[in-house]
Amino acid sequence: MIFTVLIPLLLACFVPLISKLKDKIHTGIFIFFIPFVIFLYYIQFVGSDFTTMKQTINWIPSLGVNFNFYLDGLSLLFVLLISGIGALVVLYSIYYLGKDERLGHFYVYLLMFMAAMLGVVLSDNIYVLYTFWELTSISSFLLIGYWHFNERSRYGALKSMLITVFGGLSMFGAFILLSVITDTTSIQSMIEQKDIILNSTYLPFILVLLLLGAFTKSAQFPFHIWLPDAMEAPTPVSAYLHSATMVKAGLFLVARFSPIFSSYEWFFIIVSIVGIITLCWGSYMAVRQTDLKAILAFSTISQLGMIMAMLGFGTDLAIYAAVFHILNHATFKGSLFMVAGIVDHETGTRDIRKLGGLLTFMPMTATLALFGTFSMAGIPLPFLNGFYSKELFFDSSIHLTSNGLSSFAEFLVQVIPYLAVFGSIFTFVYSMYFFFGVFGGKNQLSLLPKKPHEAPIGMLISPIILVLGVIVIGLFPNLVNGTFLAHAADAVKGTVAEELHILFWHGWKTPLIMSLTVVGIGIVLTLTRKKWAGVYRFIPGKLSLFKLYDIVLEKLNSVSKGITKQYMTGSLRLYVAIILGVTLTLTFITMFATGGVTIQFDNLADVRVIEVSVVFIMIVAAIGTIFARNNVAIILIAGVVGYGVAVLFVIYRAPDLALTQLVIETVSVVLFLLCFYHMPKLRKRDETKSSKSINIIISVGFGALMTIIGISAHSSKWFDSIADYFIETSYKLGGGHNIVNVILVDMRGFDTLFEITVLGIAALAIFSLVKLKKNKEAE
Amino acid sequence: MYKPNDLILRTTTSLIAFILLGFAIYLLLAGHNSPGGGFVGGLMTASAFVLMYMSYGIETVKKILPINFRTLIPIGLLIAVVTGVGSFAFNEPFLSHTFGYFTFPLFGEIELATAMLFDIGVYVTVLGVTMTIILTIANDQ
Repeated sequence: MIFTVLIPLLLACFVPLISKLKDKIHTGIFIFFIPFVIFLYYIQFVGSDFTTMKQTINWIPSLGVNFNFYLDGLSLLFVLLISGIGALVVLYSIYYLGKDERLGHFYVYLLMFMAAMLGVVLSDNIYVLYTFWELTSISSFLLIGYWHFNERSRYGALKSMLITVFGGLSMFGAFILLSVITDTTSIQSMIEQKDIILNSTYLPFILVLLLLGAFTKSAQFPFHIWLPDAMEAPTPVSAYLHSATMVKAGLFLVARFSPIFSSYEWFFIIVSIVGIITLCWGSYMAVRQTDLKAILAFSTISQLGMIMAMLGFGTDLAIYAAVFHILNHATFKGSLFMVAGIVDHETGTRDIRKLGGLLTFMPMTATLALFGTFSMAGIPLPFLNGFYSKELFFDSSIHLTSNGLSSFAEFLVQVIPYLAVFGSIFTFVYSMYFFFGVFGGKNQLSLLPKKPHEAPIGMLISPIILVLGVIVIGLFPNLVNGTFLAHAADAVKGTVAEELHILFWHGWKTPLIMSLTVVGIGIVLTLTRKKWAGVYRFIPGKLSLFKLYDIVLEKLNSVSKGITKQYMTGSLRLYVAIILGVTLTLTFITMFATGGVTIQFDNLADVRVIEVSVVFIMIVAAIGTIFARNNVAIILIAGVVGYGVAVLFVIYRAPDLALTQLVIETVSVVLFLLCFYHMPKLRKRDETKSSKSINIIISVGFGALMTIIGISAHSSKWFDSIADYFIETSYKLGGGHNIVNVILVDMRGFDTLFEITVLGIAALAIFSLVKLKKNKEAE
Repeated sequence: MYKPNDLILRTTTSLIAFILLGFAIYLLLAGHNSPGGGFVGGLMTASAFVLMYMSYGIETVKKILPINFRTLIPIGLLIAVVTGVGSFAFNEPFLSHTFGYFTFPLFGEIELATAMLFDIGVYVTVLGVTMTIILTIANDQ
């Protein structure tokens, strides 16, 4: 089982080698066998006696991150979809993509995507699932941007990347919370511990974060905006990723975790509402579109919304209908995308306003589209699978119960059937619009870039197989029922339920009446579509979410640029002000909040006249440096402060320090003078009053802070000084009477070693600075 | 060319420089027991040299003191490090010092400490550093 995931990844490495032969043999022919073999491998599990399977390969056992693979009904359904439609898409792409395209890139991305998708649906380990989840985002990004020289492709790829990765990261957050709460990384053991999760205080966060991941991936309202722009991808990619597989990853996620959350009321409310809104909005928006693939994109959004709503309902019937519709949607939507690709390929345009009357030119394609669109519309004919799942959808929507739920949920239960019908009416309208807009009516050959003709048979094989699927499932719905749909539904519910029999004829019951209502109103709306054009154009008009995304993206850039410009001015003065200001505020707050300020007046020495007079001179000199205007004067006055310090050292009986301070002060004054000799005259600073007062506040504040710290540090001695040790042992161990020197060279010689190293580096740095400057001048 | 007659300066310098140098050596050697040490000693030596440079000019002093002060920096650091490494030979941790009393024919009993070697390293480094900085900046036009 695990090898079916890893083999596509492994073989993707060899694609570049094979693609060298593309002038002789189309690369896709080799690739075709990979999904096909995987499909054949998994088809053996289909049957009524299906049992779940587990397989583990260690990856990072210490973190609980292992390739835990788990095959149950739900994963089997998805695995078959991915590999089966994958094979058909590869077959289709052989005829769709010419040999002048970069086939190597295409198939590498496609195989990467396929492996990632298989990994998502088979993983039982949440972290491995997340890994594959992001890999689908990345490979989808690469596939959407396949024609990277096209500006719209890059835009669409970036958009889908930003939105799906945003969702993926949210989902990751939910996963982390889940694994922390349950202390396991396996989804199946989480389901076993669902009581812990349901009683957790983090439950709302987990649910919202998880659903964000599912909604962004499955293009639910309001995150659906990336899907129409992803239509810039080659049509095989759209058919594969954006109808059958990747957009269903979100559905898979919701279905996978629904055994845990299904008894949580908000799960029902959020998922149902979002699903229903997406259904209505997507189907309404699809009618407005003029591009074939855009119609299909919005149609996908709406159908995904419908499945999502059913997963939210959570009743046995609804879940059954959901898995059934996942299968049905993949068949008819895949074929419709391929039809759209054929039309595009053979006529050179996808604009529905230019197309029309192609029935006579492309009878095969038209027949395929007929089945696809009619099945999508849910027309009550016994050979269209779309009808069955739509009927089940209606059925489940009227059988919702609100036992013990809040009044809002009760209201929702009342409204949902009406919304379901409302959304389905537009589904009918756009399906008819799609079919009759392209194949019906008069032809407008003058508008077409190419003369239309029937597609080559190779291109038709894949849609034919998919449409055969539509018809076979339509004729014998119970064929797929017990063999694997029932297992999938059981996996979603978490329990084994009674098998459901799908019948075409229920008798005159409410769902059928709903379906007939949809068809009735739908026909009226389709026939009078031209009259409604104004309405379709008016709403949503300017208030589109697409524009909102663009504005947000642009604002993010400009606002962050603005903010950065505010404080990254390049002025050192401002940076220093910020550093000091922040230090000041934080230290003050910390000191007062933790009671760090202590002022005690015991344990103080007597003040002598000489100390006062020296300090007085130093204060005067220090203040003098602020007001002096002349460079040399400032240096000399600063020297006074330095010598004052030396005198203080003498007073406080530190002869070594006094000596060093005297000499160093002299040297630094000399160096200052040397430097200022070369320097230009200080410009008079033109400061505003406010910046000046800010400077004063900061400097006075910092001085006050340091004073308080000094006093507090002196007032709170928590431990005895270690000075006594040095006094005692200086001669005994160090052999010297000068304690300072013994400490410097013996007891703490290590520090001294590096201090002289610092000095050496400084000297060499000055030397090289000066010399380098000279060399530059010489050049 | 203007040439100042700085006879008094030069004469006093030749006296003072030697006194300064002597004082510097004293500071270095006395450091272990009285105020002083390698750092101040180095600075003091440097100030004696600077005084010579000031009164006799760079070219003249270069002739009598043919030292590249930059090389003193690594030499000093090397002395200090070797002193530290030397303690490994006696199976002691880095920078362990020892001392002892020895009687010499002329000086009588004298205390010798390995810390002194380290101090000499400090002395040489500080001398090299100070001279390098001052000469580099002073030479820069």
